[in-house]
Amino acid sequence: MTSPAKTELVTVNIDGKEIAVPKGTNVIEAARLVGVDVPHYCYHPKLSVVGNCRMCLVEMGMPAVDPATKAPVIDPATGRQKINWIPRPQIGCATNASPGLHIRTQTPQIKDCREGVMEFLLINHPLDCPICDQAGECKLQEQSTGYGRGYSRFVEQKNVKPKRTQLGPRVTLDDERCILCSRCIRFSKEIAKDDVLGFIDRGSYSTLTCYPGRKLENNYSLNTVDICPVGALTSTDFRFKMRVWFLKQTNSLDTESSVGANTVVWSREGVIYRITPRRNDEVNDTWMADSGRLLYKAVRAESRLVAKDSLAALLARAETILRLSPGLAAVVGSGQSSVEEQFMTRQLARALKAPAYLVSRTDSGDGILVSADRNPNVRGALVTGLIDALPQSYLDELGTAIDRGEVRTVVSVGEDLMAAGLSAAQLAKVSVIYLGTQVCASSVAGAVVIPTLTVFEKSGTMVNQQFRLQRFAKAVAGPVGAFDDLDVLARLITAAGGSAEPSDLAGVWGRLAADVPALRGLSYAAVPETGVVLDSSPWAALPFVEGESLHHRPARAVANA
Amino acid sequence: MNLKPETLARIDEVIPHYPSKRSATLPLLHLIQEDVGYIPPEAIEWVAARLELQPINVYEVVTFYPMFRQKPIGRRHIKVCRTLSCALLGAYKTCEAFESAFGVRRGEVSADGEVTVDFVECLASCGTAPVVMIDDALHEKVDVARAQELSAQIRREAAARS
Repeated sequence: MTSPAKTELVTVNIDGKEIAVPKGTNVIEAARLVGVDVPHYCYHPKLSVVGNCRMCLVEMGMPAVDPATKAPVIDPATGRQKINWIPRPQIGCATNASPGLHIRTQTPQIKDCREGVMEFLLINHPLDCPICDQAGECKLQEQSTGYGRGYSRFVEQKNVKPKRTQLGPRVTLDDERCILCSRCIRFSKEIAKDDVLGFIDRGSYSTLTCYPGRKLENNYSLNTVDICPVGALTSTDFRFKMRVWFLKQTNSLDTESSVGANTVVWSREGVIYRITPRRNDEVNDTWMADSGRLLYKAVRAESRLVAKDSLAALLARAETILRLSPGLAAVVGSGQSSVEEQFMTRQLARALKAPAYLVSRTDSGDGILVSADRNPNVRGALVTGLIDALPQSYLDELGTAIDRGEVRTVVSVGEDLMAAGLSAAQLAKVSVIYLGTQVCASSVAGAVVIPTLTVFEKSGTMVNQQFRLQRFAKAVAGPVGAFDDLDVLARLITAAGGSAEPSDLAGVWGRLAADVPALRGLSYAAVPETGVVLDSSPWAALPFVEGESLHHRPARAVANA
Repeated sequence: MNLKPETLARIDEVIPHYPSKRSATLPLLHLIQEDVGYIPPEAIEWVAARLELQPINVYEVVTFYPMFRQKPIGRRHIKVCRTLSCALLGAYKTCEAFESAFGVRRGEVSADGEVTVDFVECLASCGTAPVVMIDDALHEKVDVARAQELSAQIRREAAARS
């Protein structure tokens, strides 16, 4: 893996351009920095280097020195130090930057090499791009446009291999398209730690396969589809659903846990087709869990809540309920809400002079990209001041208050109160105002149900386990009968007798920047794509549940080390 | 895995010869094939566990080398060379002679379990082509008549054993 030391820089020359790069950076990465593309298949920045595709061949030279005196040899024609070029090409992925390294990528020899490698790679490739799912995002397709011959000299028969092997529940393999780069094998071994893939029958009939009786079924299997440079590994879910060039890409977040893996949501005409990871070297590298890729199914789920009444009518009923029992309300916020919504939930609780609760969701973490805290944004609730201690799994305190008659109204922002431990008897004693996206016990029992938007239908921010504030953006419009969370919360605050709050993202950010110490001076637009780490010192003593994962070491592990 | 004690002893002996355990994959497979006659699936898993590998790593090696057999063969293994010199001097006829003598096709085990006939690549005796190896013994200039003689000899030896 390329993890160059950050200290020592060396100057290399790529196609005549000088650049200082960390020592050990390979030629592909160094060339990227000067805007030179070195085509490659098997090399992946987050996997070990094997150098088996031979596509990244470059010419390499070193400054000449006199063998006896070690004095630089000066070329009389130019007056500069002579460069000794190695006569044969070298692979860029396994050539690391050293002082004075010279690289040429645009010479006739390299053009010949690339054409030769492409010709061999295409010999047994079916060239079925018109029916291939990878078309449009296929490195083989792109590079055969760039470096292919455009006609074939191959008169023999192409190999026949298995066309639709189910490697696992989510991944389908077309062996004929495979160019044997081994990225998927290295990913399974090095990142997913589930070494089940391998090449068997090496030779003309090399075949990617799982060990007989085993399956590629770990929760990271779909990353092999992402990194497959050709159409060999395809997602069984996405296969044959949509051409990728029709899809709109929206940056989003994986909300299944507090890791906050960065994602891209791919949609067309208001329908989401798939979710893929987005590179963030500080959070998820280029990976995400399979489980997070299915979250978009909630958008068009059978259980999706939509209102038949207008928002005004719903709010009027909510206001009546809130006015009936002043001082006897409680607010249940959510670790799945955005930072902005949590701030507005806090404002609502203050307007009602009601206590605010949060429900924790925990499960075991996998040590990679799914953490033990299955709420994506508990830290957002801490930062915005909605809560000041870590939440409990069950709302026992609220249950007791209901039994004592201290609470008559509960406003739940997306939390199913029954799942959070309230009994049916307790629910029957209170009027529930439920804001949420899915049908649940609380929505059935709720006196007023206000349907809201899923994370894919709105913009906002969340704070992950590293206290990194990250943005997600609206990918598709919400359905008719579902209302924007911020707007609903702002109107509820007014209904509760609070002072007017802004109901749009920019407006709420104006309030956040002024009112929340950790967010001072920030704005939604100013949060970089890779997020910004907030000052976490006020919460350093809290016993967060997360264990170690890909780019996160919990504070207590650091302290113990 | 039901390996002979002496095979197990040799396996224990050979592993420390290598700087990493993984490198002992090939010698272990050879020892097991010598003992069992072929590499059954459970042998792949046994070797993987023994060398702290995943079974797929061993499976890759087994499928790479044609000399590793994944199915049992006959008691005697007749290997007919078919590389250029032997092929030009009648290796195919020689092979057919063996096939008809035992009523078996190349790659298969005869009905009585006595022989397997296989084509193999160069046995490094081109000057005396066509050549045949029966188990570990090399036979030179094996034309059809010689093949029939050798077949008859195998039959006699089989009859004597039973």
